Amino acid sequence: MMQTQELLSRFPQLSAKVYGKPLVYLDNAATSLRPLSVTRKWDQMSLEYNSNLHRAVHRTAELATAEFEEARTEVARFIGASSPGQIVFTSGATAAINLVAYSFGELCVGEGDEIIVAESEHHSDIVPWQMLCRRKGAVIKVLPVDENGRLEIEALPSLITTRTRIVCVAQVSNVLGIVNPVREIAAICHSRNCALLVDGAQGIVHLDVNVSDMGCDFYVFSGHKMYAAPGTGVLYASGDWLDRMPPYMGGGEMIGTVKWEGSTYAPAPHKFEAGTQNISGVPAFKPAIDELFRLKEYDAVLSSIRDMLLEDLPRIEGLRLYGVPAAAGDKIPLFSISVEGVHHEDLALILDKMGIAVRSGQMCAEPLMDRYGVTGMLRASFAPYNTVQEAEYFLVSLRKAIEMLR
Amino acid sequence: MSLEESKQAVVDDFSMYDEWLDKYEYLIDLGKKLEPLPESSKTGEKLIKGCQSRVWLDYEVKDGCVYFSADSDAIITKGIISLLIGVYSGRTASEIASDDFAWIEKIGLRQNLSPTRSNGLASMVQTIKQIAKTLANNG
Repeated sequence: MMQTQELLSRFPQLSAKVYGKPLVYLDNAATSLRPLSVTRKWDQMSLEYNSNLHRAVHRTAELATAEFEEARTEVARFIGASSPGQIVFTSGATAAINLVAYSFGELCVGEGDEIIVAESEHHSDIVPWQMLCRRKGAVIKVLPVDENGRLEIEALPSLITTRTRIVCVAQVSNVLGIVNPVREIAAICHSRNCALLVDGAQGIVHLDVNVSDMGCDFYVFSGHKMYAAPGTGVLYASGDWLDRMPPYMGGGEMIGTVKWEGSTYAPAPHKFEAGTQNISGVPAFKPAIDELFRLKEYDAVLSSIRDMLLEDLPRIEGLRLYGVPAAAGDKIPLFSISVEGVHHEDLALILDKMGIAVRSGQMCAEPLMDRYGVTGMLRASFAPYNTVQEAEYFLVSLRKAIEMLR
Repeated sequence: MSLEESKQAVVDDFSMYDEWLDKYEYLIDLGKKLEPLPESSKTGEKLIKGCQSRVWLDYEVKDGCVYFSADSDAIITKGIISLLIGVYSGRTASEIASDDFAWIEKIGLRQNLSPTRSNGLASMVQTIKQIAKTLANNG
């Protein structure tokens, strides 16, 4: 809707229609639309360079391996890692967190130890830690969020004890959209000798990320939310964590030598990349990162959409916005709401018929839903290719849907 | 009205509207009109599994016929369950158990719901069938 021709040609799905109406895609926090440059790279890897990595001496394997490793270098540079060796490719942010929960858990977590998880975390940053706690007899402690959806980081120093091994927070919650003060959290964690994992699944899309600056021990994100290929993800680990942590899965190219008496492992990061990798998807990180930078051209549009919705949404009678930032700049253009007397699913269903794709439900954050006493919310999340007209159409349609349902 | 007539009446009602938004208005209206279940009846065992919104289905047998009552926290879902129990309430258990439920396909409801909602509709239909089958076997 009102996108420039140039943008339409880069993101073909922007021209899609649903029920004969132009698609207004506002579910970007679930997954972004795919740019043509990314699908072309995927195609090229599948159709021209298809061959397995690191194993063969033949020319095509060499080309495919080079593409894969270039993506690692590119991703390392993109997030400010000091070397490509600190980047492990996974199938997504969820897989990356599971990897850390297992491997870090094996190295550092024992009975009676504590893991601190923010109340606003996605299930992917809760359940792997619960599984670790069950295995090891460790316990989870919850870092709360306040009514406005801001992390109560002043509570963190007193939550951390000598038994705390790791703190897990999202850079930006997928429900609240508020940018959490991860640098401050990193400083607290390090002064208290515990590790910090930052879930960057939402943050990587909207913020300038520099993991070295941030001071986190682990940073994870998915490819598919940042225009890259689905089934790709990244784990960054600082310092010598990857050398010290035992591997998560065995097999394939993660080995050094394999004997019946026992096996040795390849050095990091390959030690953590068992089995055939996403050989078509991973190289698509390069065009995706290029696209992400090109889209910065629309930052001002996105900010004006955010400011407009921050102002206009709360004017709707009975509407509650979750994640109210102290300053507008502390929020990404992501809006989770509930409307008194109206079910979030009914709203989503009607908006769908108007051509608007939004998310409804618990949004993989059931503890946060419980905290606010709701069974679910409605979420509209914007990307740089969305327009002010689309945001206005969303507002008008939302008002109409509420009117129908009341 | 016989079961067949009752089904046809719904199909006719639905065909009056071209636009799906209007069909939703019709469902919303049905949902608003459906007598709410008392809070004491909204128990876990009456909750239909597989729906994203909460749907409770209750029934009683009077003079050999099954009478359903239902509620939901989402109004369109409530309209859908109202549609279903409007057709099947007051029928014998064996009549419901042997029905093919094909009229639901005719109104295009399943195709027009999101997959999660469509699964919810399937769960509602399944629960009604199951209740009828159990009653028919026991009777």
